[in-house]
Amino acid sequence: MTEFDVATAAVQAALDAGARYADVRVMHRRYESMSARNGEIEELAQDSDLGLGVRALVGSSWGFYAVPDLSDAAARDAGRRAARIAAASARVPGPPVELVASPAVTASWASSCAVDPLGVSLSTKGDLLVEATGTMRAHGADLAEGLYQVWDTTKWFVSSEGHRIDQHVRECGAGISATSIGDGETQRRSWPSYRGQYGTTGWELVDSLDLTTHAARMAEESRALLTAPVCPAGETDLILGGEQLALQIHESVGHAIELDRILGWEAAFAGTSWLDLAQLGSLRYGSELMNVTIDPTIPGALGSFGFDDEGSPAVARDAVRAGRWVGVLAGRDSAAVAGLDYGGSVRADGWGRLPMVRMTNVGLEPGPHTLEEIIAATDDGVLMDINRSWSIDDRRLNFQFGCEIGWEIKNGRRGRMLRNPTYTGIGPLFWRSMDMLSSEIVPWGTPNCGKGQPGQVGHTGHPAAPARFRNVRVGVSA
Amino acid sequence: MTERELAEQVVELVRRSAGPGAHAEATVSRKDLALTRFANSFIHQNVAGSSVEVRLRVHVDGRTATGSGSLTSPDGLRELVERTLVAARLCPPDPAWPGLTPPTPMPSAPAADEATAYAEPDERAARVRAFVDAAGGLETAGFCRTSQEFAAFANTAGHTAYGRMVEAAMDGIARTGGVDGVARLAADRLADLDGAVLGAQAAAKARAGVDPVELPPGRYEVVFEPAAVADLLQNLSYWGFNGKAYAERKSFAELGAAQFDPAVTLVDDPLAGSGLPFDIEGTPRGALPLVTAGTTTGVAHDRRTAAAVGGTSTGHASGESPTFGPFPVNIRLLPATAHAHTTGPERAGGEVTGPVADPDTAALVAGVRRGLLVSDLWYTRVLDPKALTVTGLTRNGVWLVEDGVVTRAVRNLRFTQAYPRALAPGAVLGLGRVPVRQPARTEPVWWSTPPLHLASWNFTGNASG
Repeated sequence: MTEFDVATAAVQAALDAGARYADVRVMHRRYESMSARNGEIEELAQDSDLGLGVRALVGSSWGFYAVPDLSDAAARDAGRRAARIAAASARVPGPPVELVASPAVTASWASSCAVDPLGVSLSTKGDLLVEATGTMRAHGADLAEGLYQVWDTTKWFVSSEGHRIDQHVRECGAGISATSIGDGETQRRSWPSYRGQYGTTGWELVDSLDLTTHAARMAEESRALLTAPVCPAGETDLILGGEQLALQIHESVGHAIELDRILGWEAAFAGTSWLDLAQLGSLRYGSELMNVTIDPTIPGALGSFGFDDEGSPAVARDAVRAGRWVGVLAGRDSAAVAGLDYGGSVRADGWGRLPMVRMTNVGLEPGPHTLEEIIAATDDGVLMDINRSWSIDDRRLNFQFGCEIGWEIKNGRRGRMLRNPTYTGIGPLFWRSMDMLSSEIVPWGTPNCGKGQPGQVGHTGHPAAPARFRNVRVGVSA
Repeated sequence: MTERELAEQVVELVRRSAGPGAHAEATVSRKDLALTRFANSFIHQNVAGSSVEVRLRVHVDGRTATGSGSLTSPDGLRELVERTLVAARLCPPDPAWPGLTPPTPMPSAPAADEATAYAEPDERAARVRAFVDAAGGLETAGFCRTSQEFAAFANTAGHTAYGRMVEAAMDGIARTGGVDGVARLAADRLADLDGAVLGAQAAAKARAGVDPVELPPGRYEVVFEPAAVADLLQNLSYWGFNGKAYAERKSFAELGAAQFDPAVTLVDDPLAGSGLPFDIEGTPRGALPLVTAGTTTGVAHDRRTAAAVGGTSTGHASGESPTFGPFPVNIRLLPATAHAHTTGPERAGGEVTGPVADPDTAALVAGVRRGLLVSDLWYTRVLDPKALTVTGLTRNGVWLVEDGVVTRAVRNLRFTQAYPRALAPGAVLGLGRVPVRQPARTEPVWWSTPPLHLASWNFTGNASG
C-alpha cells in the first residue's frame, strides 16, 4: 500500500463510523542535530519518525487519533477511533462547525534546496562546529556552543473532500554562541541569532552564515559585556536590530492575529488576544510605516510551504496595511466561525498532533532607510540587538524583552556598549511609535514556537529589518 | 513484541554489527496520551494517540552517537542500528564517555491505575461537563488529560529495567468580565479529579476578580498559591538544580551553602507520584534532596555531568540532558509541619469561598500586612541564568491584601525578580501545610507545593506598561 492508500483507508473508516468530514496526514520526518561545546562535538542525534493522524468531524465536534503504524488495519482503526472521540466531544457540544472552501486538489510540492543538508557529510558539519566553537573558546569564551538542526519531512494528505497532496519540506539552520561568566552573572553573544538562523532551504543557508568568521568577535563581545556599563533606566528612543524586531513581530503581532486566540480557543493556556474581530479593517495597530504580511510563499523562509495541513494552498495576505489591522491567521473552521472566507494557516508538529492555527511567515515589508541612516538621525537613544529574554502577557499586550547587547546612541553616532539592555511596553502603543524603518529585510526563522496542548513546536518565519521607536521605557532590572 | 523485548533486541543487533567491544544502551518508550480540551465552554479539541520511540546510544571505538525512531519492525530496528553506528564512526573521539550503567536493582514505582490508563473519552468529557456546569454560566476553558507510558531499558553491560507510569490532570479557568480564575490539579488516578470541585473553585476566583484596580509597580509582600509556586520550582529546577549548569558555573547553586530560608526544603521525588523508576541511561530514580532547611544539598546529574564533578548520576538523564543538562521535574516543596516559620491552622482542609481557595492559603493571607495574593505566574523567562533573574506576569487572579483581609482585585502585574533572592534566608514569612500537586501544562510532569508567603516580590510594571 502507498501512503496515499493508507490515508484513504483511514478517511473511509472515519466516514463509515459516522464522520461527516475526515482528513489524514501520513508523515515521515527525519531529524538530525549536532551540537559542539568548547571545540568538541557534544551530541549527534538522528531521528526518524513515521505515523499517521486522523481528524474526524462528527456533528459539530472534532476528534483526533494518531498511531505510528501504517498497516491497513491500524489506519482503519485510527479512523474509527477518531470518529469515536469526536462523538464523545458531543457531551459538551459547541456551535455548528462549518469549513470555509478549500478546493480539492491533487498536487505535489517540494521546497527549494540546493544542497541537501542530510547529504553533507557528518565530518564536514562537525568540523564547522568544532572550528567555530574552538575559535570562540580560544578568544576567551567560558562556554562556546554551536548547533545545527535539519528537518526533512515528507507528508501525504488526503481528505474526504478529495484532497490528495504530497509535500517534501527540507528545513535547516545553525548558530553559535559565546558565554562569559562573571561574578554572579553571565553574558552571552550569539551569531547570527539567539538560536541561529533557520529556513526552508538547504545547507547553503548554513554556508552563508559564515559561523567561523564571526566566532572570535562573539567571544570578545561576551567578555567585554561583563564590564560594560548597565543599560540606563528611563524613556528614550529605541533602535532595534532586525533579529530582535523579528521576535517583536512574532510575539506582539503574529500571536495576536491568530484567529483561534481571538476566538478564545487558546484561552486557558496560550491565552487570548487584545484584538476584537469587530475592529478588523479599522483598528489602528501601528504607524503608517507598519505593513505586515502573512506570506507562506517566500522562498527559503522558515514558515513557507505549498499547502497547509488542511490542504489549503499557500497564499500571501495582508495582516496590517499602513498601520491598520486587516487580516488574521486562520484555519478552515475558525474562519467560518469568524465569517471570513480564507484559511491556509493551519499546521501540526508531526503526525501525532492536531493541526492548529500557526504563524507562517509573518513579517514587515521594508521601509525607506538603512540602519546607519536611522542611527544618524537619532540624537539620544539606545540600539539593542539579538534577543536574550522574551515575555508577553496572555492578551499579547504587555511585553518585556531583553537583548544580548546594546549601544548608546548620542548625536547620531553609536557610542558605548551597554550591558543587560531591556525594554518594555504595550503592543499597539509601541508599534504606533515606530517612525523609521530600514529596507534591510532578513527572513528570520523561529524553529521553537510553542503552542497547544499537548504541546506543539512550530516553525515560523519573520521578515524584519532595523527600526526606530520613540519614547520607549528601557533598562528594567531586578 | 514487548518494550522490553524490543530494547534487548536493539542491543543484540548492536552486538552483532559492532562486536563485543561496542557499548550500547537502548530505551523503548510507548506513550498513550489522551487529552480533551475545552474553550468557550465546549469541547473544541479532543485528541488521543499512541507513540513509540526507540532510542539508541552507541559508543564504538571511543566515539558516541545517538539515534532514535518510531519504527519497531525488524527492518526498522536494523536501520536504526546501522545509521547510528555509521554516525558514531564519523564522529570525533569522545574522551569524556562516562560508560554504561552496570546491573543495578530497580526501585518499585507507584502502582499504575488501570482505570486511568485506559480511560475512555467519555470519562474525560464527563469531567469537562462537570467543570462547565459548576462554573454556573461563566465561560470556561481548559483540559482533562490521561496518559500512560511503558518504558524498557537494556544495555550491553547486562543491565535491564522496565517501568510504567500513569497520570491524570485537569486544568481549567472560568471567565467573567475579562477576568479569569483558575483551578489545576495532577493525580495518579483520574478518579481523584473532580471536575465539579475544580470548576466551582475557578468560578469563585473569577467572580472575586471583577473590577480590578491598577496598582503602582514596586516591591510587595506576596502570598503565592500553589500554581504560582510551581513556576518558582520549575525555574529553579531548569536553571539552578541542573547538573550541567552547576558544573559550568552557570547555576546559582552552591552545595553546602545556606542559600534559602530555613523554611525551604526541596526534594525531587519522582516516585512520590506518577513517575518512572529509571532514566534513559537506566539509572534508578529516587528521592534527591535539593535544599534541606535552607541549605543547598544537591543538583541533578546524568552519568556525564556526574563524572564531570566526580559524583554519581542521580537518575536525571533525558533526551535533553546531553545539551541542556539534567534537571529535576518532580520537585516537592515540603509543607510547613516541620518548620519554625510556620503560620496557619493546625489542620488544613475544606474550602472557603471567593479568591482564597482553601484554609491553608487563608491562614497565610491572614498574616499579610499589605501585600498581594497571587494565583498564577505566566510567561516567565530568564534574564540571567546565574542570578536566576526572571521576568514574567501574574495571571488568573491577583488581589490586594490589607491587614490580613483581601480588599480588592488587582490588574495583572509584570515582575522582574531574582528567584533565589526571593527565597533567601529571612525572606519566607510562611508556608502552607497542605501540598497540592500541580501538573505541567504541556507534559505529564508535576510539582508539589503548598502556598507560600514571601516578604518581597519586585513588580516592575502594570497593565499600562
